[in-house]
Amino acid sequence: MTAADDQPLLVAEGLSKWYGRQLGCRAVSLDLYQGEVLAIVGESGSGKSTLLQLLSSQLEPSAGRVLYRMRDGVTRDLAQLGEAERRFLFRTDWGYVHQEPIRGLRMTVSAGANVGERLMAVGQRHYGNIRDTATDWLDRVEIDRSRIDDAPTTYSGGMRQRLQIARNLVTEPRLVFMDEPTGGLDVSVQARLLDLLRGLVADLGLAAIVVTHDLAVARLLSHRIMVMKDGETIESGLTDQVLDDPREPYTQLLVSSILPP
Amino acid sequence: MNAPVYNFAYLDEQTKRMIRRAILKAIAIPGYQVPFASREMPMPYGWGTGGVQVTAAIVGPDDILKVIDQGSDDTTNAVSIRKFFARTAGVRTTTSTGDATVIQTRHRIPETPLHAGQILVYQVPIPEPLRFLAPRETETRRMHALSEYGLMHVKLYEDIARHGHIATTYAYPVKVDSRYVMDPSPIPKFDNPKMNDSPALQLFGAGREKRIYAIPPHTSVVSLDFEDHPFERYRHEATCAICGAVDSFLDEVVTDDSGGRMFVCSDTDYCATQGPHEVKRV
Repeated sequence: MTAADDQPLLVAEGLSKWYGRQLGCRAVSLDLYQGEVLAIVGESGSGKSTLLQLLSSQLEPSAGRVLYRMRDGVTRDLAQLGEAERRFLFRTDWGYVHQEPIRGLRMTVSAGANVGERLMAVGQRHYGNIRDTATDWLDRVEIDRSRIDDAPTTYSGGMRQRLQIARNLVTEPRLVFMDEPTGGLDVSVQARLLDLLRGLVADLGLAAIVVTHDLAVARLLSHRIMVMKDGETIESGLTDQVLDDPREPYTQLLVSSILPP
Repeated sequence: MNAPVYNFAYLDEQTKRMIRRAILKAIAIPGYQVPFASREMPMPYGWGTGGVQVTAAIVGPDDILKVIDQGSDDTTNAVSIRKFFARTAGVRTTTSTGDATVIQTRHRIPETPLHAGQILVYQVPIPEPLRFLAPRETETRRMHALSEYGLMHVKLYEDIARHGHIATTYAYPVKVDSRYVMDPSPIPKFDNPKMNDSPALQLFGAGREKRIYAIPPHTSVVSLDFEDHPFERYRHEATCAICGAVDSFLDEVVTDDSGGRMFVCSDTDYCATQGPHEVKRV
């Protein structure tokens, strides 16, 4: 472990976002370390998705800032990055898994090209190598390699989501944002996807921020958890601690509203 | 208002100045699409309104104009545009590639190598090479600005995945001066190597899309490809049935309804200068 690894990968300081008079989120601060998975939970409209977009610099915060430790070890304010740098970061060192795979995939080109796009974007120009890497990633996300030349339109919902994950992880990012990665999938497919994600996150030493309203997802995937309500963080801590011994009344309500197995 | 009834080469001088400024900017930034205030021309969009405006802005009384349409000097589009400039500018016209000083072209580069001092004006239907890959123009402009051209290779990847080789045969994307990816207009990829290091100035005008771009003389123009699937020219494996040329780009002409066909040079001027031969049926 080097000194740089002691530094957090991502730091948010006092992030706030107002949509006019409407509050998105207020004064959210967090640290995320390499290899750590943070779940952000809360009901619809609690500011989870706003926060995720602020953290991934897709939205400009009304107040506060986000710092990121780049691959060269220098921690920089994301708002100070040039657009070229920010976009480069987004397609190499970061991944973003959308709830709807359609938003994260190119539906009209083949699965192989979907996985290979990031490689070509960073300058790989050898068809055979790109295809080999794509095949390898299809294996890792348990998609039959014979489907490499099929467009994602022919894939099932679960396969599309796994393809989206492969597409994001192919450049070996250090940080992945996930917005309800299991939303809209049935329970058995969800279980397989979660299993896969957990394996990949552990294998690759990924840091991840997972937004979900599903506490079971948070429990399975994350090390730490943040509970949001009305745009503010009301409770955060180790996942099992928060879920097994919730302190805030709202968190207690959230936990108790899960149907017993 | 007393508008003059006649002005040299159809457009008014103010418009020509505007177009010339766009052309100068385009030459200064090879491959960059310069927006310009494209005018209504007395012909429909898609018939070469961009090329005609560029030609009108650069042609002078001493110029000799050649107009080709898919290599041919005597198709409707070529004849009409040649007559248009003969009437509105009184310039001399020719069909000879070597004699012309300005050549307006639709979808071909002449076979006869161009020489210094000549200007080749392309008619361009769709100037944006990323058009069908990224849906938003704001996005494609940003991608050009940041040189984000990975998506162009996604298209070529798809070609290889589907057909086993790069199946794009025309409007084959090129990188100009190691910076901008450019659509060379729908010329066959056979013509792509002719753009590289050409001694002639190449101007591209897209009237409907209101864009002008350029390749200055002796600029590097590289066709995009993969290391293991390099760019290849394509021509039919045949000789011209009229002149017997083996190195020119050929058109396939269907001659009857029982499979009869022949291959002839698409460049009629080149074909004529190769000397007459007996027409052979293949």
